[in-house]
Amino acid sequence: MMSLADAEHFVRGPDWTWYILFYFFLAGLSGGSYAIATLLRLGNRADEPAARVGYYIAFPTMLVCPILLTLDLGKPLRFWHMLVNTTPGDEGPIFKYWSPMSVGAWALVVFSVFVTVSFFEVLVRDRVIRLKIADLAVRLLDGARGKLWNVVGAVLGLFIAGYTGVLLAVSNQPVWSDTWALGGLFLASGLSGSAALLGWLAHYRRDAQDTAAGLARSERLFQVLELALIVVFVVTLIPAGDSALTRAFGFPWTLLWAVALIGLVSGLRGPMASRASIGPDGTVAVRTARVAAAPSVALVLLGVLALRAAVIFSGQ
Amino acid sequence: MVDITPGVAYGFFTDTSVCIGCKACEVACKEWNQLPGNEPTFGDGFDNTGSLDAQNWRHVKFLDIVPDKPVGVGQGKAWLMMSDVCKHCQHASCLDVCPTGAIIRTEFDTVFIQPDVCNGCRDCISACPYGVIEMDENAKVAQKCTLCYDRLQGGMEPACAKACPTQSIQFGPIQELRDRAQQRVTDLHGQGVTQARLYGEDESVYGGLNAFFLLMDEPEAYQLPNAANAVLPSRNNERGYLATLITGVVAVIGGLIALRRRRERSPEPAEVPPEPTEVPPEPAERT
Repeated sequence: MMSLADAEHFVRGPDWTWYILFYFFLAGLSGGSYAIATLLRLGNRADEPAARVGYYIAFPTMLVCPILLTLDLGKPLRFWHMLVNTTPGDEGPIFKYWSPMSVGAWALVVFSVFVTVSFFEVLVRDRVIRLKIADLAVRLLDGARGKLWNVVGAVLGLFIAGYTGVLLAVSNQPVWSDTWALGGLFLASGLSGSAALLGWLAHYRRDAQDTAAGLARSERLFQVLELALIVVFVVTLIPAGDSALTRAFGFPWTLLWAVALIGLVSGLRGPMASRASIGPDGTVAVRTARVAAAPSVALVLLGVLALRAAVIFSGQ
Repeated sequence: MVDITPGVAYGFFTDTSVCIGCKACEVACKEWNQLPGNEPTFGDGFDNTGSLDAQNWRHVKFLDIVPDKPVGVGQGKAWLMMSDVCKHCQHASCLDVCPTGAIIRTEFDTVFIQPDVCNGCRDCISACPYGVIEMDENAKVAQKCTLCYDRLQGGMEPACAKACPTQSIQFGPIQELRDRAQQRVTDLHGQGVTQARLYGEDESVYGGLNAFFLLMDEPEAYQLPNAANAVLPSRNNERGYLATLITGVVAVIGGLIALRRRRERSPEPAEVPPEPTEVPPEPAERT
């Protein structure tokens, strides 16, 4: 174990900036939304409408990810080199399990298949697509087969939301490589942002509104997890010395951390709402729960973005 | 003249004790590799190229250690000079993380970036512990010293070693260079120059550097990580994924509990409704 002030870095930053920041952000939302949607689908069938909202979110957010990654490359037309080795004499697929970027590239490709299929599945189930052949195709995802599909997709989604932190840690950059907590932190943050977004959008779908309270509870849980991982992040930086802490939390990154914390607090202290519902037997149930309001959700998402910005920009 | 044979490990031994800072190595490197170079910058020293980067595959460091008080003749040190270069590490961080396979180990045991395979993802830049690699703004790929791979293939020694007038940069088979370096340190110590030391000649730094150095001070004085800090990026792979896995498991279990419905009756939608139902969106109920 390193002693205080032992960590030395004489490195050059990779200049991963805006494209990568927004990729990390959208990957967190896409993976998180798919995972939460699957948790909903595995639970009560009454939460199915909210689950479908989750699959709807996962698709467009995922769609932008490869575009951002490709634009960030020095040679965008060689994006496929991430998957295929073109070295003379060594041509063929390339997969390096010890390189998070290589694993992430493959995971994104596979995850995009799951997201796309689930997106069209819910379009068919919601009767947005009305084709006989589509109905038949979707029936392939009925029952256990469908749940297995969603579970595998959710595992990939959790990976996509979290591996971005591991990608940063597997480097020699200050801050990034001085901690092992970034994967967990980005995952928790992606889930909390996804729960907030899903909870808000669920209000615009009548049959999904009853799930809002559960989503608000899960959002708070993910935010507590995120808060705990921020503490772990700080603690793991301590052995690297004062310079790591100063670099991570010094000005101007303090402002981004402040936005991230405001987003967290905003989510934890979201607005309260009461809802009355009349059951079939005539009983009236009044439930109180924190539900998402647009400004609150915007703050949470801004916090998710600011957290990633603080980590990405302070390390290089 | 070195006889260059594929399959034999070659490298540089850079003896900083005889470097005079003439920058012939920088010029020869740029000349051979057709590097246009950056606009020179002039500070308060003799260094006008700044650092190793896409245009400077050799960089002469001028480390100012001029004492504040006057000293007698022959008693003071003024500069440490060092012709820095890619270390062609045995355990190369850049090669480890490269997702495209663009970075390879050649038949001469050197580390080479294939410019026609690299797609400019810059993962190698984040991994290199010496800040050697940079994106070439013209070629849009990562670039660094090739140890004159093309010259080696043609049986010629690298341009920088050939141009060095003081033999500060020596090229040859690694084992031969190591023997020569050990002898040089012994000689210097015998002359009372006890601060002389080798860096990267053994496995303590990245499994051994194919471009290793004789230094006249601590590695940190030359902005080189010491053996304790010479760590591979992959050290964070297992614990990074483990932290993610634990977070994921906690989140899934917690999520399932949080999303569990309280006891209430709700209509269960059909998986594929027989008839289309239009549900107009309604504003959320908020307080």
